[in-house]
Amino acid sequence: MAKVPVQFTLNGSEKAEFVESGTTLLNALRDKIGDTSPKGGCHQGTCGACSVIIDGELRLSCLTLAETCGGADVRTTAGLAEGGVLHPLQRAFLDAFATQCGFCTPGMIMAAKVLLDRTPNPSREDVVEALSGNICRCTGYEPIIQAVLLAARANSQNAA
Amino acid sequence: MELRKDYFADVRKDGLHEIGQGRPRLDSPGHVTGKTAYFADRNFPGMLHLKMVRSPHHHARIRSIDTSEAEKHPGVVRVLTARDVPHNVYTILILIQIGPEDETVLADGKVRWKGEAVVAVLAETERAAQEAAAKVKVDYEVLPAVFDMEEALKPGAPLVNEYHGQNYYLYDSGECRKVRFGDVEAGFAQADHILEQSYQSSPIEHAPTETTGCVVAPEGNDRFTCYTNTQAMFFTLDNASIILQMPGSKLHFVGGTVGGGFGGKVDVIVEPIAILAAKLTGRPVRFIYSREEEMQISSPRAAEKVIIKDGVMKDGRIVARKVTGYTDAGAYSRHSPYGAQKGAAHYPGPYTIPNVWIDTYCVYTNRTPSSAMRGFGVTIGDFALEVQMDKLARLIGMDPLEFRFINAYRDGDMKAHRQPTEGAALIECMQEASRVANWPVAEKYMAMSSYRKGA
Repeated sequence: MAKVPVQFTLNGSEKAEFVESGTTLLNALRDKIGDTSPKGGCHQGTCGACSVIIDGELRLSCLTLAETCGGADVRTTAGLAEGGVLHPLQRAFLDAFATQCGFCTPGMIMAAKVLLDRTPNPSREDVVEALSGNICRCTGYEPIIQAVLLAARANSQNAA
Repeated sequence: MELRKDYFADVRKDGLHEIGQGRPRLDSPGHVTGKTAYFADRNFPGMLHLKMVRSPHHHARIRSIDTSEAEKHPGVVRVLTARDVPHNVYTILILIQIGPEDETVLADGKVRWKGEAVVAVLAETERAAQEAAAKVKVDYEVLPAVFDMEEALKPGAPLVNEYHGQNYYLYDSGECRKVRFGDVEAGFAQADHILEQSYQSSPIEHAPTETTGCVVAPEGNDRFTCYTNTQAMFFTLDNASIILQMPGSKLHFVGGTVGGGFGGKVDVIVEPIAILAAKLTGRPVRFIYSREEEMQISSPRAAEKVIIKDGVMKDGRIVARKVTGYTDAGAYSRHSPYGAQKGAAHYPGPYTIPNVWIDTYCVYTNRTPSSAMRGFGVTIGDFALEVQMDKLARLIGMDPLEFRFINAYRDGDMKAHRQPTEGAALIECMQEASRVANWPVAEKYMAMSSYRKGA
């Protein structure tokens, strides 16, 4: 089958791969590039476990074709910690006990990051709305909401 | 909330001080950084993809299977049928002597539920495996099917599973698990009121975000490493050893990281066939359920029907309880004989009732095999029992919480299945619940204890 070249930056570093036409970004990241932080839960765009950030927008990598990502800036949870220091959202998810089985966590953190990048001081309703595309089957939503609000407070204290 | 240390004072003399403390979870750093290794995060060069050809019928005889077109499909490496499986008929609980073996790894001559695995296709890509699976031709003779438990128990119903010979699990006590305690008919004769109600539930899918699956890598020395999200590691190792007729020392299972289980990952379904595929091809193999398979193929919680007949006195005492419970195992046993048995012990609930009669049936139907899920065997029973308790309280015009105090089991009470009650703490829990929920009860109930004074 014909392969197509794809080149984009992943968490700031250049990646170039040949993929079969029709390969999703999720499969390219996981099987070709080796970033397994986005998870495949439904492969039909309903669970949010595969969420990544493409050019600043929250995207479902299971519904995004890799070949459409040429030149894009792709961000995943695996690239969030800098120099071994956890991102405030990661720290908050730890401190607020916002993980159970952990499978939805990378997607949740991506959705939360896009929210906080745009709305540094979100209301509870803003958080619920921003996470509404991500399913936590362990149903630990409340600690996750609290974690995002905690991270927002930590950010604003650091900024002050 | 008050922590009632006094109740267990003689049991736990050490000072407990963990409750109310925040302790970091050991697995959280991996989760928040995306570094936790779930089974599907394992990737090996040359890995094959396994896709299953499944029965489109609820009940059918297999006249013939033609895999020739599938084998010719580009990218296909191997096609497996029942004759490739060393010990094809198994049952999970044989490890604890609950038999007979009644389920096939790959269907042999017959399918008993819609979705049953018939042929496994291994290919270089997931897409090639999927396309080739669609080319497998299976000639079926459709048989009459039965989907309702009470229909399945009637004479003349289609026989679901020949390994049982009848549509119920045969316990050593006969067609059902039985509990007999006191004289239930005498209890009904003495009762001021009798209430008989029927409760039923549908199958419930666990719907974990991570679907069921495994990745198997041959180690080159006749050993196989199986990365799996099973919730039952040693059950799976031992059953794989039986099915593959391989000593357990050849099987290395890596797991413990599960992206949501809820009981849905305790069956031994994907691992043995994936290990066999790795053995026969010499290549790493990935077998991961699609979301559709997770919802349609993986075992749900069993559908149950519970009929409860209670005799109650005007003063609030339940004097007789008769329960008939039905657990829909689907086409195969898996964990359901155990679940139905657990129900038999559980149906009096946390109440002391002098006259009890319980029959619980584990019934076979042509539905998706059911299995474990969060308190299976008792959860639906508890729903039925507690709704029944509210109805009984209403019937005699009594506060539902006070009604439960009157009937609560207390330390030293003999339960219907002949286990003495120990460490019940039910009275103390209800007292605390009464306070916290601001649902006051009469002072005499707040003065009660699970310890029977002078006992």
